[in-house]
Amino acid sequence: MPEIMYREALNQALAEEMERDRRVFLIGEEVGKYQGAFKVSQGLLDRFGSARVVDAPISELGFTGLGIGAAMIGLRPVVEMMTWNFAILAMDQIVNNAAKLRHMSGGQLRCPIVFRGPGGAGGRLSSQHSQALESNYTNFPGLKVIAPATPADAKGMLKSAIRDENPVVMFEGERLYALKGEVPEGEHLVPLGKADVKREGKDVTFITWSRMYYFCEQAAQELQKEGISAEILDLRTLRPLDEEAIVASVKKTNRAVVVEEGWPHSGVGAQVVDVIQSRAFDWLDAPVLRVTGLDVNMSYAANLENATQPDAEKIKAAAKKVLYVEKQ
Amino acid sequence: MHKGSSVASPSLPKEKLLSMYRKMVLIRRFEERAGQQYGLGKIAGFCHLYIGQEAVAVGANEAMRPDDYMIAAYREHGHALARGADPGMVMAELFGRTGGYSKGKGGSMHIFDVEHHFYGGYGIVGGQIPLATGMAFASRYRNEGRVTVCFFGEAAANQGSFHESLNMASKWKLPVIYVCENNRYGMGTAIVRTAAVAEIYKRSAGYAMRGEQADGMDALKMHDALADCLEHCRAGKGPVLLEARTYRFRGHSMADPATYRTKTEVEEERKNDPIPRLRDYIVGNKLADDGELDAIDAEVKASCEQAVKFADASPEPSVDELWRDTIVAEGEEDVRPRQRVLDAQVSWPEWPGPRDFDVRWEIEPKEPTAQDEKAQLAARAEERNKQGNGRATTTV
Repeated sequence: MPEIMYREALNQALAEEMERDRRVFLIGEEVGKYQGAFKVSQGLLDRFGSARVVDAPISELGFTGLGIGAAMIGLRPVVEMMTWNFAILAMDQIVNNAAKLRHMSGGQLRCPIVFRGPGGAGGRLSSQHSQALESNYTNFPGLKVIAPATPADAKGMLKSAIRDENPVVMFEGERLYALKGEVPEGEHLVPLGKADVKREGKDVTFITWSRMYYFCEQAAQELQKEGISAEILDLRTLRPLDEEAIVASVKKTNRAVVVEEGWPHSGVGAQVVDVIQSRAFDWLDAPVLRVTGLDVNMSYAANLENATQPDAEKIKAAAKKVLYVEKQ
Repeated sequence: MHKGSSVASPSLPKEKLLSMYRKMVLIRRFEERAGQQYGLGKIAGFCHLYIGQEAVAVGANEAMRPDDYMIAAYREHGHALARGADPGMVMAELFGRTGGYSKGKGGSMHIFDVEHHFYGGYGIVGGQIPLATGMAFASRYRNEGRVTVCFFGEAAANQGSFHESLNMASKWKLPVIYVCENNRYGMGTAIVRTAAVAEIYKRSAGYAMRGEQADGMDALKMHDALADCLEHCRAGKGPVLLEARTYRFRGHSMADPATYRTKTEVEEERKNDPIPRLRDYIVGNKLADDGELDAIDAEVKASCEQAVKFADASPEPSVDELWRDTIVAEGEEDVRPRQRVLDAQVSWPEWPGPRDFDVRWEIEPKEPTAQDEKAQLAARAEERNKQGNGRATTTV
């Protein structure tokens, strides 16, 4: 299987879906002539032309709504957000229109559209450009929310999202684009709504998604040397949540640490903890802990930025705490 | 006595004029009944009546093709009815009953009748304007020759969604007509108090697009204005901003006693009532007599009576409905309201599949490559040689 970068995997997904389905078009800032702010759309303008790879003005609300309007009457737009921070300007369209069209019309309309772009910290970008905003969107019925960690999942999930009949919000990782991994060539679909056990273990479950998966993997490898076996459940889809997979893993390990890049307050992880306490309470041997970004705005200074984010050390410490192997 | 009279629209046949008259009276009577039922507690929440503005939606609709796209805001009962929606089912939606277009889930602000290409029904001011822009984008993308007509109030023209949409529509020459229904008040605030340029059509200049003003109290003038704009759009000349000067005779919603307007102002505007104006035109030009029009009045009155009865008899939606129409399940079909409620045969829009069409549109023609440029230069040189005088022309 060829090893390619996360951004190349997304590019493959886009190109393949645009090839098989003329209803699919890409719109966003810098997606065409510039070849994508993060080069995800490299080469697509030449291949598909300027009506299918549309360089939009810096009007996030406007071009997001344009995509939704086109989806209402049978096209399958992919709206690229240069980053999810800027998509806050478009949130009205995503929340008040895309998520509610089916409902408001009593089932007459559907809105098959993908909103995608990078989320999370990019590195030394301060507070406006470093937000992990997943929980802003998982709150809304009518949306699906996905956040793949690996290149293979990125390709397979983007293809599934484009074929889905509903609006899908896709968080890519600004720091993941250059990451390499094995990706199947051609048709490769990863179903939405299914979590993936990325590492089998028996003592504790790390429940996570997107970039935090790699910190969990690092922590698990280091814990292995200390004789602790950690399982990693990559949620991949944050709405709908794969509750069965969460419950199954917790029943197996009896301990869980939920790791997310975003803020703790009302974060997706809080929802995961609720699933565990309500459906697997009797299987728990310790309270569930969360490792999250600190409840502060992101700073520019390198040391402050690092201290704000989760890392393998923090995850290891939480694992030991739920295993009662170190004094609290 | 009415201020101003209709300019004859010589090409409009009698049937069309009577259809316009019928629809305007239908909207008026329907809205009066809605207001009355609101007072009786049968309708709740927000309920924005269209009384006074009927000529805008009806005049526009009569110029549109049935397969053109229409979309509006939350004062949209009139647009749905103009488009051909069933009055009983619109009323049932207002009542929150299962017989409504959206099964009672949407209410007054969210009437959708996709069968008649009416796409809602939106409660966030200006939120539907980008959607209309996207529908026009899809039209152009599939090269289907349809025009999108988007209605919104003058206060929505202060939203970013309006400006962002106009910019994209003009830049990409999208077939969309933005009809600003300027009734002069955004809720209780006069537009002159919030807009630096209160004549909304002038804002088109900032986007290098066509802007027009029309008398929105005159169905014939609205019809002619729309017909002209539709032709412009279908010819591929890009979008139009059409400002319809109009007035609502009632408050912003049923909850609004409209104390911010003087009695004199409202009385003065009522003299412009678009319905007697059209009636006078029809009778004055001997296209129909009072008897014929009275018969239409009576028929419409009965149908509104019937609409209320239908809504009253329609049950509340089942609680199971809560779990439908949020996420589309695999293989799930779209709901066709008139089929669901009235068991009617409906022709439902079918969108072309993955490879049923070609995208021939280039938003930006490909830039010439170095090779293309070389070829062009050679062609020009040859042209000059042919002219034989060795002088280059001043145009390139």
